[in-house]
Amino acid sequence: MLRIDDLHRNFYGVLALNGVNLAVRPSTITGLIGPNGAGKTTVFNCVSGMIPPHQGRITFAGQDITAWPPHRITLSGLVRTFQIARGFPRLSVLENLMLYGNHQPGEGMIAAILRPASVARREEELRARARDVARRLNLTRVLNEPAANLSGGQKKLLEIGRALMTDPELILLDEPIAGVNPALGQEIAEHLRALRDDGLTFLIIEHHMDVIARLCDPVIVMAEGRHLAEGTFAEVAANHDVQEAYMGRRKWAS
Amino acid sequence: MENYLIAMVTFAGIYGIMALGLNVIWGMAGMVNLGLVGFFAFGAYTTTLLTKDFGVPIGLGIAAAFVTTAIAGVVVALVTGRMRGDYLAIVTLGFSETVRITASNEIWLTNGTDGISGIPGPWRGEVSPETFNLIYLGIVAGFVLVVFLIMQRVRYAPLGRVLRGIRDDDQVVAVAGKNVIAIKAKAFALGAGVLGMAGAIYAHYTSYIAPDGFVPLITIYIVLSLTAGGTGSNLGAIVGAFLVVFFMESTRFLTAVVPGLEAVQQAALREFLIGASLIVILHLRPTGLFPERITRHEAPEPPASGAALKERSQP
Repeated sequence: MLRIDDLHRNFYGVLALNGVNLAVRPSTITGLIGPNGAGKTTVFNCVSGMIPPHQGRITFAGQDITAWPPHRITLSGLVRTFQIARGFPRLSVLENLMLYGNHQPGEGMIAAILRPASVARREEELRARARDVARRLNLTRVLNEPAANLSGGQKKLLEIGRALMTDPELILLDEPIAGVNPALGQEIAEHLRALRDDGLTFLIIEHHMDVIARLCDPVIVMAEGRHLAEGTFAEVAANHDVQEAYMGRRKWAS
Repeated sequence: MENYLIAMVTFAGIYGIMALGLNVIWGMAGMVNLGLVGFFAFGAYTTTLLTKDFGVPIGLGIAAAFVTTAIAGVVVALVTGRMRGDYLAIVTLGFSETVRITASNEIWLTNGTDGISGIPGPWRGEVSPETFNLIYLGIVAGFVLVVFLIMQRVRYAPLGRVLRGIRDDDQVVAVAGKNVIAIKAKAFALGAGVLGMAGAIYAHYTSYIAPDGFVPLITIYIVLSLTAGGTGSNLGAIVGAFLVVFFMESTRFLTAVVPGLEAVQQAALREFLIGASLIVILHLRPTGLFPERITRHEAPEPPASGAALKERSQP
């Protein structure tokens, strides 16, 4: 459903991506792991349109989305979340969710001022949908809180909730569990699994290997801006190249 | 004295309209705009040229000022689309200075630094000056009310939500599936249009405009008004504007009664008092007198039907 071919990107001469090829199959939770600096987040930035790649092709649901602007990519059904929970700290949780809804006539100037019935109808739909998403992610109690007041774990849940509001087919999650206590991490993993069972597809960057092991199949390993290995967690963990990428080469090995 | 008070309230109302215009651009969408006096001047010159040289009715002149300044706002928004913070501040400041310097030098059009006098005002000359001032106060009050209501609509509409989203993080708004440049252009169009309209209202009131009247200090007064009233709050914008005009005018009398001061010292003391009062306000109320409040929705747990949930908006 997502295909990346020969993706290149450098930053002032430093190669961040050096010909990445990877594919994500529908209804999977695909893990994307690799040591720091492997280029995982750069892949997300290129795919979501936030930075243009220098070379290569990104195809999503049969469309070439390379270098599309971010909003167009999101409207096509591919949305990302952020590593350090970003968002709208001065908006309430409900507003954070509703803002992500697409096709909002009330964002037009004339419609905002005159408020035809279509605006109220869409607001009502989005509000109901936002409540559903919040209920699903246990955020109902904080709906009226400014997002700035949420705990770290709730912010991670809100990241996922906002992504869900766009009616996506594929969500790119950048470290959805990092920095969250183990119990909540477990809960987030459960949410993701349930959403996958409902037909969603995920590509996840994460450093918690136990979560990757339990949640992701397949797992893609990146190192030095390239695709290094792919398979089940057990397969890639046993892979010699992967071990070297993480641990370094054994100096005195034969 | 009565006439003086009426004039001051009228000016405060015009400042209030300007503060409302700035509030869309800066208060809601978080885009620094230090060029607002440029839009104000743009609107003032537009209606002046139309009504004085071409005999266009005053109402139409004010409407034209709104439209042309809104277009100027869109141009500025598109040029500065990717800028924020300090860079946007510098470019917008440059815009307002460009307008002022153009008005000073294009003598064939604007009569240069001599300015243009004899701008028509509604029923000016037909009624006594006192009555004219009263009529105009009513007109300004009407404009303040209408602009306030429109801005409240925008603030509590999805448009206001997405503008406040841009204020927090415009990249996230793009990821949310919104065309950020287009939304910024809308904010600039509405805000600049209102600023231009305020300029037109000002021109028809004073009957005389000149580049001297459009110095960056006016921008600072409006920014101060909004800051003191509460950035992001429409009510705060109006209250802040009245407060700033009140400070500026009341200190005039206060310094006059201090014995043993020369005129220059009095003027300096005035500036000092204005500054000090604003510092006191912002020290006691860092977010302004009427800070923006988070939009709340009734009933955290929705009833089973999901219907009858109305947003309770707060001013």
